[in-house]
Amino acid sequence: MATDVQTDGVTDQKLAEEFAGLDALEAHLGSHPSRARRIWSTAWPKVAAIVLALGVWQAVVWSGWKDDYVLPGPDKVLPVLWELLGTADFWRAVSITMRRAVTGYVLALLIGSVIGLAVARIRLLRSAVGSLITGLQTMPSIAWFPLAILLFGLTERAIMFVVVLGAAPSIANGLIAGVDHVPPLMVRAGRMIGAKGVGLYRHVILPAALPTYVAGLKQGWAFAWRSLMAGELLVIVANRPSIGDQLQLAREFSRSQTMLALMIVILVIGIVVDTVFGRADVTIRRRWGLIDHSD
Amino acid sequence: MTITATPVTAPQTTTAISLRGVSKAFGRHGDAVVALDNITLDVSRGEFVCLVGASGCGKSTSLNLIAGLDRPTVGDVTVQGRTALMFQEAALFPWLTVRDNVALPLRLAGMGRADRHRRADDLLEQVHLGGQGGRRPHELSGGMRQRAALARALAQEAEILLMDEPFGALDAMTRDLLHDELEQVWSSTGLTIVFVTHNVREAARLSDRIVLLTSLPGKVADEFPVAIARPRRIDSPEVMGLAAAVTDRLRAEVRRHGDDMAMGHRHGDDMAMGHSHSDDAHGD
Repeated sequence: MATDVQTDGVTDQKLAEEFAGLDALEAHLGSHPSRARRIWSTAWPKVAAIVLALGVWQAVVWSGWKDDYVLPGPDKVLPVLWELLGTADFWRAVSITMRRAVTGYVLALLIGSVIGLAVARIRLLRSAVGSLITGLQTMPSIAWFPLAILLFGLTERAIMFVVVLGAAPSIANGLIAGVDHVPPLMVRAGRMIGAKGVGLYRHVILPAALPTYVAGLKQGWAFAWRSLMAGELLVIVANRPSIGDQLQLAREFSRSQTMLALMIVILVIGIVVDTVFGRADVTIRRRWGLIDHSD
Repeated sequence: MTITATPVTAPQTTTAISLRGVSKAFGRHGDAVVALDNITLDVSRGEFVCLVGASGCGKSTSLNLIAGLDRPTVGDVTVQGRTALMFQEAALFPWLTVRDNVALPLRLAGMGRADRHRRADDLLEQVHLGGQGGRRPHELSGGMRQRAALARALAQEAEILLMDEPFGALDAMTRDLLHDELEQVWSSTGLTIVFVTHNVREAARLSDRIVLLTSLPGKVADEFPVAIARPRRIDSPEVMGLAAAVTDRLRAEVRRHGDDMAMGHRHGDDMAMGHSHSDDAHGD
């Protein structure tokens, strides 16, 4: 017989102490580096990459490969960009473009999510349109424009049509893949604790699908932004100046400096929005413990 | 075949779980695998029963039947009261804090936020995780996660706790403490526990009764009442002695399968048996 037969209270006290000791030894108490250090460590490679890119660009210009009026260097383009940032027309164009981007993206988000959820849940729908969605995802959005222009003319709706078609399949696929890859153990655990029907989706399956869904949202944004730029170059709506049509205008008037400045703007907007999605992604994965703390 | 899950209205009945001639086959017709063959087993209210067996003895299948996650092919499963199930992995949800994980069954049952948080904190306190409620599951060690899973199971207010090798992946030290913990929770709550393990010593340490299952198909081979006073230690002579006897019986069963190798049956060599003497005279 065990020698340490004790009263319950004493046993519990001892057990509590032993657990506390073991937990302290075992728990991953990751120490977080300071905020400034974190920002610096993520920022400097980006700054270095920008400096490198500008350097290569300038080197190509200096090599005399093309005439200066065709391919101006950063020394010419950056001042033009700065000037551009001071004009009201430019900001009007940006706001129209961004409004289109947001509207189109939100529409794609709603449509893509509803279709994704339906396809993930309904077996028949999956076998019917599952591969079609992936097919749509690979289709270059610019190929939709002839049809869009036929259907809607040179209007906002033609642009929206293509932006939604560009982004929705990625978003739907992200949700489908997320639901597909929910570990069966999670679903079993959810069922055991009393989640069923809508509750199972609300509390278990959809949260579990979130990381993959966010990856789909991120990819959807990239497609939406590309489709929008293609649309603004092709579909120029009267009295609706946008970044795309400013770009087209700059080319028509051979203002290559303005053209390159606008291209930088397009790139920067794309990167900034992508960073927001990247942040969301990292935050989720950190919370879930999917990121190694030793990184 | 019938499955009855009756809420406890008649506490005078002493049987919590009753399997009557239960068989379970997977697959169809010719190539069907019989996981359970004519199992009859009663578990009394408040009893702690361990199911022990080699691979393929249908331990997990039995739990699924009792939990109502699966239906028997033949026979009756009667369960008095609600069941909670714990797995080898804690299966906590990574998107919730530890507290919200424990509170989720309460939330699904419609309890308000303040009430369920208070209750979750109490339960965490009970499993010695007080003050850890705000952390994320990945920040906890394996043993802490299993304790959180235990708290979540307790939150379901179930009368029956089913455990499927819950400590199988833990180190010996942590497992030892969790045995103490589980024994304490069991004795303070009056839960009925069905605990599946392939660790014979664990079974002797914890249970009131060890049910030994044969493999392919799973049948009840033998039962061992555990009449050792609590609290127990896994390394006490009584526990080790009983474990040795059960192991001998188990090995005899496994040997019988070795003789059937021509039938293509699997060896039970991946089970963890206690460090007992290997010679035995029980082979039949």
